[in-house]
Amino acid sequence: MSENNVPPFLDRIPPVMPPVLIAADLNSAGNASVLHGLPQKEARWKKRLLLLSIGISLLASIAWATSPRAKLLHAPETIASGFDASIHSVARLVDNAIDADITDHNLEKANAANWHTLTRRISLALIGNGLSLEEMRVLEQLPEDKRAVWWTEYLLKDRRSSDYLAERWTRATVGTNNGPFLIFRRRKYVDWLADNFEKGTPYDVVVRELIEAKGSWTDAPQVNFLTATMDENDNKKPDAIRLAGRTSRAFLAQRIDCLQCHHDYLGKVNFTDALSENDDHGTESMETPSTAVANRTGEQSDFHQLAAFFSGTKMDNPFVGLHNSAPDYRIKYLNDENESKVTPTVPYLRELMPETGDSRHKLSVWVTHPKNKAFARATVNRMWAILFGKPLVEPLDSIPLSGPFPPGLEILAEDFSKNGHDLKRLIRTIVCTDVFQRDSRMLKETGSEAVEQEHEDHWAIFPLTQLRPEQVAASIHQACRLIAIDESSSIVSRLELFGGVNDFTKAYGDQGDDEFTQQSITIPQRLLVMNGSFVSERIKHNPIMNAATRIASLVRDDQEAVKTAYLATLNREPSGAELNAFCERLKGTKGTARSEAMGSIFWAIINSTEFQWNH
Amino acid sequence: MEPLAGTIESNLGKEPGCESWWNFHRRRFLHGGAMATGGLLSQGMLTKIAERLSMASESRQSNKMRAKSLIILWMQGGPSQLETFDPHPDSKIGGETTAIKTSVDGLRIADTLPQTAEIMHYATLIRSMVSKEGDHERATYNMKTGWRPDPTLIHPAIGSVICHQTEDNIEIPRHVSILSGQWPARGGYMGSALDAFQTGDPKDPLPNLKSYTDKKVLENRLVDLKSVVEVEFRRGRLRDLDKNKTLHESSTSRATTMMASDQIKAFDITAESKSVIDSFGDHAFGRGCLAAIRLIEQGVRCVEVELSGWDTHAENYSLQSGRCKILDAALHSLIKQLDARGLLDQTIVMCGGEFGRTPTINIANGRDHWPTGFSTLLAGGPFRAGHLHGQTTHEVIERGNDPLKGIEDIVRIEDLHATLLHAFGVDFAKELQTPIGRPLSLSKGNIIESLFA
Repeated sequence: MSENNVPPFLDRIPPVMPPVLIAADLNSAGNASVLHGLPQKEARWKKRLLLLSIGISLLASIAWATSPRAKLLHAPETIASGFDASIHSVARLVDNAIDADITDHNLEKANAANWHTLTRRISLALIGNGLSLEEMRVLEQLPEDKRAVWWTEYLLKDRRSSDYLAERWTRATVGTNNGPFLIFRRRKYVDWLADNFEKGTPYDVVVRELIEAKGSWTDAPQVNFLTATMDENDNKKPDAIRLAGRTSRAFLAQRIDCLQCHHDYLGKVNFTDALSENDDHGTESMETPSTAVANRTGEQSDFHQLAAFFSGTKMDNPFVGLHNSAPDYRIKYLNDENESKVTPTVPYLRELMPETGDSRHKLSVWVTHPKNKAFARATVNRMWAILFGKPLVEPLDSIPLSGPFPPGLEILAEDFSKNGHDLKRLIRTIVCTDVFQRDSRMLKETGSEAVEQEHEDHWAIFPLTQLRPEQVAASIHQACRLIAIDESSSIVSRLELFGGVNDFTKAYGDQGDDEFTQQSITIPQRLLVMNGSFVSERIKHNPIMNAATRIASLVRDDQEAVKTAYLATLNREPSGAELNAFCERLKGTKGTARSEAMGSIFWAIINSTEFQWNH
Repeated sequence: MEPLAGTIESNLGKEPGCESWWNFHRRRFLHGGAMATGGLLSQGMLTKIAERLSMASESRQSNKMRAKSLIILWMQGGPSQLETFDPHPDSKIGGETTAIKTSVDGLRIADTLPQTAEIMHYATLIRSMVSKEGDHERATYNMKTGWRPDPTLIHPAIGSVICHQTEDNIEIPRHVSILSGQWPARGGYMGSALDAFQTGDPKDPLPNLKSYTDKKVLENRLVDLKSVVEVEFRRGRLRDLDKNKTLHESSTSRATTMMASDQIKAFDITAESKSVIDSFGDHAFGRGCLAAIRLIEQGVRCVEVELSGWDTHAENYSLQSGRCKILDAALHSLIKQLDARGLLDQTIVMCGGEFGRTPTINIANGRDHWPTGFSTLLAGGPFRAGHLHGQTTHEVIERGNDPLKGIEDIVRIEDLHATLLHAFGVDFAKELQTPIGRPLSLSKGNIIESLFA
């Protein structure tokens, strides 16, 4: 598909000299003549030259803004076409563990999904939308068995994946609230995370920087993790209570919020000091908790001792930002008559906490300590949810310390810890598993929801999950543009995508921090996609922007046109019945009528379950 | 007043009128093979049947005093109690506001609400609302849901809870938010299906309700969607994939039904006389209040109408006065019209914001956030008429460690919610299983019995 019809010379336009500089230069050279009344003709000439320069600058700026840059896609050979052997062996261990569980439950594994389905899943997980037609065409040129791996590697090098994952982590760590206006910069925080994901900074280092952050929220964007909890009206200290809850949920998958007010009466929060000594991470025993492990129920002090780590964090001077002082945390526990001073300490595995350093340093080292398995489990569970649309353990941020753990979790967590907390390796490993590559259709239709649900619960089939709002929006937008919208796209294209997705997501209903909880679709959501301007603008007759019009006008053969439309939208070939039905719609149409008929085909596809669900 | 929640659940399915709107429509869709062909586009055929079913459902109620609908006039930003319902003129905290007599002996409210003063004999006024949240977003969440924000769980707004606990047979959403701002009412853990349907100024058409293509094109598209693309996706999957899992096709059908429903006309206030429209004031909020009445008439359970702009950290008096002028005409006409149409007995009107404003006036002539001792007005349903509950002091007092000092007959946010749910006959102490595996009651507050007639 040759869409790069912008003349190549546009890529080589030298940096544009800002109009202000041009004016300044002219002025410095000739201001004496202008100011001192040199002949009017010369002044007019200079004025024209100035205007001409500004005009050229503007045109060049527009050309720069609308022109595409060189794409990675143009050099597919630079992308690795296979995963590291150690990744394959870990993936096989995960598969073996999950397969054993499937066998134990007398379930049948689904067949492997085809490459179309697989690459769409990878796209949705890593960049939040399906593949563009351009990308589908590139993949078609590669050997079929290499496509999924190549596509994963390609996206891991693509800034889009860093941005998208950073947004997911931002929701987990600071939520979706706007936060205090003056002292919280969400965008900077997302960019900082994305930069670190792109660079491959070990995840434990990222988390330690978040917990230990000091300074200004603009100079050190990680500080926003703390300032997000500050009160605009009393902006001296981050909220230690909220930070304790966030830290424990986002980084350790421990929901201890109820301990803020009382001891755990429901047996939901248990702590254990047992370390997993089993390094044989291929065996089934890894997945089963040791019954000998001594648990204790959470107490109110566990929460507040954790919160106390943040109590010394202050901002006396906004220009200096956050700094540390001695922790000072007091609480009147339930049923106590007086306040008690609380010393910072952690609820389990206290021996992993260093003895020296300031309180947040101690906490960050303990949270990310390789022997604190909860850290790796929490990360694996979140990444699994991003890739499958559903976590291994639900709810996402609540994994009991002493298990039971679902098959595969401990193996992945162990590998994550032992390999430098490398998020990209974790993604590769999960993608490499047969579990991820399974079809979402069962081998045989059972007609029983319970049976199908059981297959999903044990990962015998790929789970069917509803796309999140931003995935629906970005997928619609990308399907209606033939070219991939990525870092190499013009700034106009990227702004159109960014603005469109934000507006659509707001109208569709953002799920906020709770984005992996499945919700049923609502009438307004259906009306928005059926009748809203977001879709109608993108499928109407528009020979410059819209894929439907361009396919209708450039692909004369009806069958080829329908096939192309399916690749652009659902990233697959149409079935025979679909091909026949839609060819009938196109039959004999020309010009605008053909474009509108193709727009209607796009409408039907975009409004389908298949388009709006991950499968 | 006896809670009816248990009755609602145990009666399901015993008679036609007990079927939920949802089941009713699902069956119709499943058996209506021609649904996607647009057959429903041109019909409002079930509207009357739906009305009868709804009436049958309502007639089962054992308690005649049970409220049916809730209208929330949401004052986003924090209206000042001192410039609205709790003035303290001639005191250090009073500012420029004076107090005027109302239709209730001995009750005086701010001079910014002269028309409202005439309908206070319909209302119960609470002057002792107390919250623990002083941030707009958190306080809004608290006031709309009755719960303080909990990062592990999103609680449903009260309108969602009422819809969840009741049955209706209407073709338009039962929970509506008019002029919804940044934080509209959400279904939370009860599901996004109970989110408020958001609309703008009623003078404008409803968003996304009209297809941008002609009827024939839409019919063809729906046929292709159902008979071509959906069929292919269902192949080899659950026979009742939609019914048991995705609900995607059902939602399409419901949306299509709504597009063609006569009940949609409830959103259109132009059917009202000019004098009625004018009485609400020439602004979006007034039109929203009128639309709320029309929606209630159609059987909508909860309508929220938002008036923003109350966050007056500077020039408090002039800005609050401006907002009050809009609120005054609309609130007065809303109560009068509900009464005139015989709806006030079964409709509760609640007017208030997320918190009040400080007694002290700051350096910019503004008042800041004040969650301890602000006002909320209730009217209709089983609530007392012409009743005042609670009191704040006109003294600037040093509260020390007691933020509630000087407030009498305190009403906490959760108490207000418990009381409202009780007014709807909902057993708010009943626990539901939440997604985090923790059973949770619908409200943790206590009923304020003295508010009921």
